[in-house]
Amino acid sequence: MSLPSLPDQAARAVELGLTAGEYARIFERLGREPNDVELAMFSLMWSEHCGYKHSRKLLRALPTEGSRVVLGPGENAGAVDVGGGRAVAFKVESHNHPSAVEPFQGAATGVGGILRDVFAVGARPIAVLDSLRFGEPTSERSRYLFDGAVAGIGHYGNSIGVPTVGGEVYFEAPYEANCLINAMCVGLATQERLIRSAAAGPGNVLVLLGASTGRDGIGGASVLASAELGEADQAKRPSVQIGDPFAESELLECCLDLLERDLLVALQDLGAAGLTSGASEMAEKGGVGVDLDVARVPLREPGMAPWEIMISESQERMLGVVAPDQLDAVLAVCERWQVRATAIGGVTDSDRLRVLDDGAVVADLPVPTLVDCPLYDLEPAAPTAPLYPAPARTLDDDDPGAALVALLGSPNLASRCPVFEQYDPIVQSRTVRRPAQADAAVLVLDPAAGDGPAIAVAIDGNGRRVACAPREGAAEAVYECAANLAATGAEPLGLTNCLNFGNPEKPHVAWQLEQAVGGLADACRALGVPVVGGNVSLYNESPDGPIYPSPIVGMVGELAQASRAGRLDFHRAGDAIALVGAFRPSLAGSELAKLRGAPLAPIPAPDPAAIRAAHAAVRDAVRHGRVRGAHDVAEGGLAVALAESALAGGLGADVDLPALGDRDTTLFGEALGAAFLVSGDEAELAQIPGAMVIGRVGGEGLRIAVGGDLVVDRGLEELGAAHGDGVARLFS
Amino acid sequence: MKALVLIRPKAGILDPQGQAVERALPALGFEGVRDVRVGRLVELEVDEPDRLPEMCETLLTNPLIEDYEIR
Amino acid sequence: MRFGVVRFPGSCDERDALLAADRVGEADFLWHADPDLHGVDAVIVPGGFSYGDYLRVGAIARFAPVMASVLAFARDGGPVLGICNGFQVLCEAGLLPGALLPNTSLRFVCRQVEVEVVNPDTAFTRACARGDRLSIPVKHTTGRFYSPGPLDERQVVLRYAPGQNPNGSQDDIAGVSNAAGNVLGLMPHPEHAVDPLTGSADGLKLFESVAIEPAVPA
Repeated sequence: MSLPSLPDQAARAVELGLTAGEYARIFERLGREPNDVELAMFSLMWSEHCGYKHSRKLLRALPTEGSRVVLGPGENAGAVDVGGGRAVAFKVESHNHPSAVEPFQGAATGVGGILRDVFAVGARPIAVLDSLRFGEPTSERSRYLFDGAVAGIGHYGNSIGVPTVGGEVYFEAPYEANCLINAMCVGLATQERLIRSAAAGPGNVLVLLGASTGRDGIGGASVLASAELGEADQAKRPSVQIGDPFAESELLECCLDLLERDLLVALQDLGAAGLTSGASEMAEKGGVGVDLDVARVPLREPGMAPWEIMISESQERMLGVVAPDQLDAVLAVCERWQVRATAIGGVTDSDRLRVLDDGAVVADLPVPTLVDCPLYDLEPAAPTAPLYPAPARTLDDDDPGAALVALLGSPNLASRCPVFEQYDPIVQSRTVRRPAQADAAVLVLDPAAGDGPAIAVAIDGNGRRVACAPREGAAEAVYECAANLAATGAEPLGLTNCLNFGNPEKPHVAWQLEQAVGGLADACRALGVPVVGGNVSLYNESPDGPIYPSPIVGMVGELAQASRAGRLDFHRAGDAIALVGAFRPSLAGSELAKLRGAPLAPIPAPDPAAIRAAHAAVRDAVRHGRVRGAHDVAEGGLAVALAESALAGGLGADVDLPALGDRDTTLFGEALGAAFLVSGDEAELAQIPGAMVIGRVGGEGLRIAVGGDLVVDRGLEELGAAHGDGVARLFS
Repeated sequence: MKALVLIRPKAGILDPQGQAVERALPALGFEGVRDVRVGRLVELEVDEPDRLPEMCETLLTNPLIEDYEIR
Repeated sequence: MRFGVVRFPGSCDERDALLAADRVGEADFLWHADPDLHGVDAVIVPGGFSYGDYLRVGAIARFAPVMASVLAFARDGGPVLGICNGFQVLCEAGLLPGALLPNTSLRFVCRQVEVEVVNPDTAFTRACARGDRLSIPVKHTTGRFYSPGPLDERQVVLRYAPGQNPNGSQDDIAGVSNAAGNVLGLMPHPEHAVDPLTGSADGLKLFESVAIEPAVPA
């Protein structure tokens, strides 16, 4: 592949994705024209994907401080203190555009990339979660992407020995042309081993670790992630990175071994924009310069030009900074792990990034200019007309029992067992709660010690509800994630988020983005949960319009005793069932409204004080063993939550709900993160603040009354058949 | 000398990969396709082509479940 | 009782095997490039994706320097347990009959299954009774057991309980031994069934078995 050959650099710049204004700025700050290599580097570093041009100012609104924060935003991953001298590092990242082109490799390398971000800070990856969005599964293309993405995530995570412990997947028409693949990784480290990426020590050596460099992903960051997907995407196929989990597993062990032996000054993952971003970001954080000789970079393909080497996104590579007298020791460790290690340059006391080709300078840029891309103010404007068509109507039957069966069998609510059976959630022996056993994954920190401190992890987001009301919907995503943690008995420590939105240059998308970030900030402040890092993916848009605004939230929480972790199943016939939380459900933005083909309508604002109280009550009850089951009431409302707990335990239930609006609102209305169903001894449940006993576990069916009138009476077998089949039939 | 080793699952062994391919082709408009078997290919340059069969039987194939053909 | 857990490039469940063995005795890693078995009493070849499953599952691992010593150890009657990828390696090495093929579904499957102890008279099943049901997870893409020729009945050690065969293995076979009964290979992961905190504890019996002397010398 060659650089576009156009008459002048300005035109070439635009071809590479820069604006005319950005090119002018480069010219002005350099005081000259950038050469081809330099221009290629700018086109990546100043792309939306790498530069966060439209989001960085907005992200300043998010709270990032907290007493448990050990590494905040700006590092490869954020980290929180979990006691005992340990820290948990975690982050979520998107890999949307490559996955739309090649779902298996796109999703696989998404996992590979986020794993590297976590071990780049010195933490051993102990869990992966994924959040996926596709178009309706009636579309063959969406089924193809879904199948490929799940297989790719499984392939990479399983092969490298990191358990995939949780996740979520939703199917909505607005994601048809732009699927979302968000991968989250959680790692464990001793606090003194955490390492930063700032390069330091002029005279230190820059060492490239890992795979050889090829043409993978060239143009990926700028070409794919900063532009809307159009007709010509098949031609972009060669740009997709190919992942090798075996190579990464060796690289991971090698890096952790090097850190254990204190042999590295700094470590950086090579992701989007490869060596260019890796080297320049390390230099910028350290306030130093870097010299890098591309002739020393081990190549996979012959005849690669310097610009190709600088922007290649070949996977499974890291950049380390090593003191000269430790270089031999580093190479010996790498040899043991069969990891390629090559000195390719060094740290200088200039503030420049110089690229050499066998000693000849081919690029020479001031680091701040390369890294400080222009930041834009959004020009938000609330839309004056609906942005999304009403979902297609698939349910006509008015009977609540039929509605429940339809909901349980719908792709958004049906059992995800066919998905998570393709993942290994148990390797590393930490997993106390596997997928579908509880609302969050629970991992004991020290498996050798048996019962003890544990973490709970969850990932959540509902784009359709954010589309209904961006500020409220985004806040709700945070509350729901925290609720999932509370149901296992965990207290949130920190949050990571991925903002997946359309084209921010369009005022209505800018408005969605601004509102959503505001909602995230509101909820984080209300709960006292800091944001320790995250990712932004913009331009998820096609000629048909933008995706639903999709802020995806990942959270880590702590619990003192793993054995006490909550479970969501009904456990014992005769147990009482109680509703906890000031539950004010609404059908707006609900799954039932979707099945009925209702247009999107604003969802009510969450009540932070009531939510905090409910979370505390449930968390406390679970921790003290006062309940045998705890499950948050989420999509599908009370009826679906009851069915989920019944099906998980193989036990029916008999409940009488107070009227919380009309019949359908009571049964199926939603208010994410606000309410829970708990089960256990009635005497214990009665002691939970705000708990209202609504019925009893038992029987072979689900019987739900509203205000004394029986409105749902269905056998577990019928409900189970619908629930078990809804997603299973999508896999060929 | 350049050599090509074609590795096939032994006849009689269930080959779900072959079956999956055989099922998928008609859906894409290709009729009249039968007996699909999916195997592997190893390409190599060798100084001693006489030792190829030994290489195949020691490492490149599992003789219990695979047949090979050297070209 | 000292266990040695082999560690190849790409092994995933070696730490888990070590933790499991540690509950019953002492356990250390055996590095793939080191032919010295360091006087261990039993060898475990763990699960994972050794050498990336390149060429064929277990095909490259079986030639690692440590494996020559494991083969000699096994031929001398030493107890060797091959779990999942370990089972694949032992079949490739000729220590166990048959081979493992891709699951009929062609997909990776992770599921808690029940296996039945068919032969309690092997080094790793002595703590069990015939007919015992053990709840143990499987997680693999290439676990379909196949034997071209007939197997000695006694070498079929574990079978998936009726209806629980996750991969299409012939005769629902989940684990086989060599003729002498000191080498066992199985696809399910007993090291992931040793603590009620994380699942069932039925798998512990396989590790406990090694310490039990056979009733009749082999």
